[in-house]
Amino acid sequence: MYELLWLVPALPFAGFLVIAAGGRRLPAAAAGWTGCAAVGIPAALSLVFAAGFLFAPPEGHAHTQVLWTWIGTETLRAEAALRLDALSLTMTAVITVVGFLIHIYSTEYMRGDADFRRFFAYLNLFVAAMLVLVLADNLVLLLLGWEGVGLCSFLLIGFWYGKRENAMAARKAFLVTRTGDVALLLAIFLLVRETGTANIADILARAPEVFAEGSATANAAALLLLGGAIGKSAQLPLQVWLPDAMAGPTPVSALIHAATMVTAGVYLIARTHGVFLLAPDVMFVVALVGAATLLLGALAALAQSDIKRVLAYSTVSQLGYMFLALGAGAWSAAMFHFMTHAFFKALLFLGAGAVITALHHEQNLHRMGGLRKKLPLVFWTFLIGTACLAAVPLVTSGFYSKEKILWDVWISPYGGPGFWIAGATGAFLTALYCTRMVALVFFGEAKTEVSERPGGRVSFVLVVLAVWSLIGGGVELPHTFAHVKVFSGFLAHTVTTVVELPPGLDWLLWLLLGIASVLVFGGIAVGWALYRGGEPPPILRRAGVDAARRGAHGGFGFDTAYDLLFVRPFTALARANRADIVDRAAAGTAYSARLLHNILSATQSGRLRWYSATIAAGVILILAIALLT
Amino acid sequence: MNTHVPLEHVMLLAAALFAIGLAGLLARRNLIFMLVSVEVMLNAAGLVFIAAGAYWGQVDGQSMFIFILTMAAAEVAVGLAIILQFHWRHHHLDADAAATMKG
Repeated sequence: MYELLWLVPALPFAGFLVIAAGGRRLPAAAAGWTGCAAVGIPAALSLVFAAGFLFAPPEGHAHTQVLWTWIGTETLRAEAALRLDALSLTMTAVITVVGFLIHIYSTEYMRGDADFRRFFAYLNLFVAAMLVLVLADNLVLLLLGWEGVGLCSFLLIGFWYGKRENAMAARKAFLVTRTGDVALLLAIFLLVRETGTANIADILARAPEVFAEGSATANAAALLLLGGAIGKSAQLPLQVWLPDAMAGPTPVSALIHAATMVTAGVYLIARTHGVFLLAPDVMFVVALVGAATLLLGALAALAQSDIKRVLAYSTVSQLGYMFLALGAGAWSAAMFHFMTHAFFKALLFLGAGAVITALHHEQNLHRMGGLRKKLPLVFWTFLIGTACLAAVPLVTSGFYSKEKILWDVWISPYGGPGFWIAGATGAFLTALYCTRMVALVFFGEAKTEVSERPGGRVSFVLVVLAVWSLIGGGVELPHTFAHVKVFSGFLAHTVTTVVELPPGLDWLLWLLLGIASVLVFGGIAVGWALYRGGEPPPILRRAGVDAARRGAHGGFGFDTAYDLLFVRPFTALARANRADIVDRAAAGTAYSARLLHNILSATQSGRLRWYSATIAAGVILILAIALLT
Repeated sequence: MNTHVPLEHVMLLAAALFAIGLAGLLARRNLIFMLVSVEVMLNAAGLVFIAAGAYWGQVDGQSMFIFILTMAAAEVAVGLAIILQFHWRHHHLDADAAATMKG
């Protein structure tokens, strides 16, 4: 059955080709259903594979399918080969299943858009690129998917390119992620040079022989990989593109945040974790980046007025949790949080999309309100999504995954209580901004009339995602609750287990769970107290608080700083060099040729006597030379 | 009777003729006179051939002069045709005023 693996990335790509080639000849509905089927069939396949891995795992808990030799030189060998193991299977399943739901949602959400077909063509290409990325068996193929994802994010963020802001946001996303891609490219060069292979499994196997632990090369390789990961996953200091990426249609935001794109960085680090284990200093950096990002993202989310930007910053923050877990060596915790996050973040974005459509494309939180009665289904599903995001204890999947991260970070040799405190503070802030968002959107007085109610397909997708967001955490429970370790047990065959459970610390786990729960409820209580009326509280108008709010609203000045540091010098340089100094070399050749031409053409005076005089002079000269030498 | 003219004298005469021809070519602006000057230079060259042939007792010099005569006739024919055409177009024979084909 694993022979069908190639279909998983091939079908979405075929869907892209069919819709793109079909163009206007293809009816819009047919394009929509082609797009859905092209992701739906791989989703079904990946679930079958998952069942196979759970109940009758293949030999070595991995299956490699070599399709053809892509690059076959003496120094570099890259096969177009797909590798299915627990890690890539988890990613594949989440990408295809969540992607499929988003496709279904889009058939309703994008209905009537003039570029409906183009939208589905891009969506399919996006999913195909992401699947190539996660299933790639070597780094070169991974890079192909990686860049494909970057391209599709550019195309989809700038989908409504008629508006200048959208086009600028697309360009920004492309350029910022490209900065990280350069680091990834260098990392690949370094790893291929040092280990002599591009195959990921071989690199991980050879890395301990080639690199000494903590050596400069190992650190450089891990740092460069981290550079690539923070670009794609919108971590500090390259997080600036993600909030602007909200310019795209809402299903695109859901796809970027839940299934594709931003999780690529998390996947990359988990995939190459063997390199990171040889560079403990870089592990610390990863955790530090994650902790800083999760706090910063949460603070920024607290001050946003656009519902989609709140969600964007919450993604930045949640990805910070995943990076924190990766930095602590808690690979399975990071992947677990990736999975639950994919469900509830897709749910939140799709719910936000339903709200925005219902309110005539109004995205400002302060002009919403009172939607609890008018859109009950959206309200309840959105509430479930925010509860998961805020990690409300026991009933939500977000609680289990976030607590697993926090607990693993505490006990990990790479983590420690300091990182736990950062994570727990982030949990409090998350609960606070979640409550603020729900209160502003669904409570208080209605400020904008509801024009349209979500149809059947949107409601179906929301309900399915809400159910999964609630029960998805059941595959992995804290060991003091019950012995359910399906997820980490599943991944243990692929990733090296670093975080060992120390004996006799059950009381500590109970204590930490208790503190985190208190913080979550505290956050909700504070948020509810402040925003209960669906209005911003008066405390925000105080001068100091207002300045802080403005700072957080602008994303803490990163954009301004980058504008001053990079954009302006670059444009100034470009303007100064408008005549292009490099071009002068080519222009100089033309200039000297013309000069010579002028000199020579001056001798062609047309005067017969001048010509004869020159001939005579020439003869005399030749005779003189012949006679006198 | 064999009056022996020394070769040097003939050579000097030829050089003088050639110089006169060249001077005429450069100094004159009338095309007819320029053609005549060219003929003088050609004859200077022919004289050198004759004298050299007589000096070494070879016929080559004389045969070369026959060639030069033929070539001169052809040159005059073509040159005069060009001059006629020139005059027909410009109504004068000033070579310097006809510098319209300069590069």
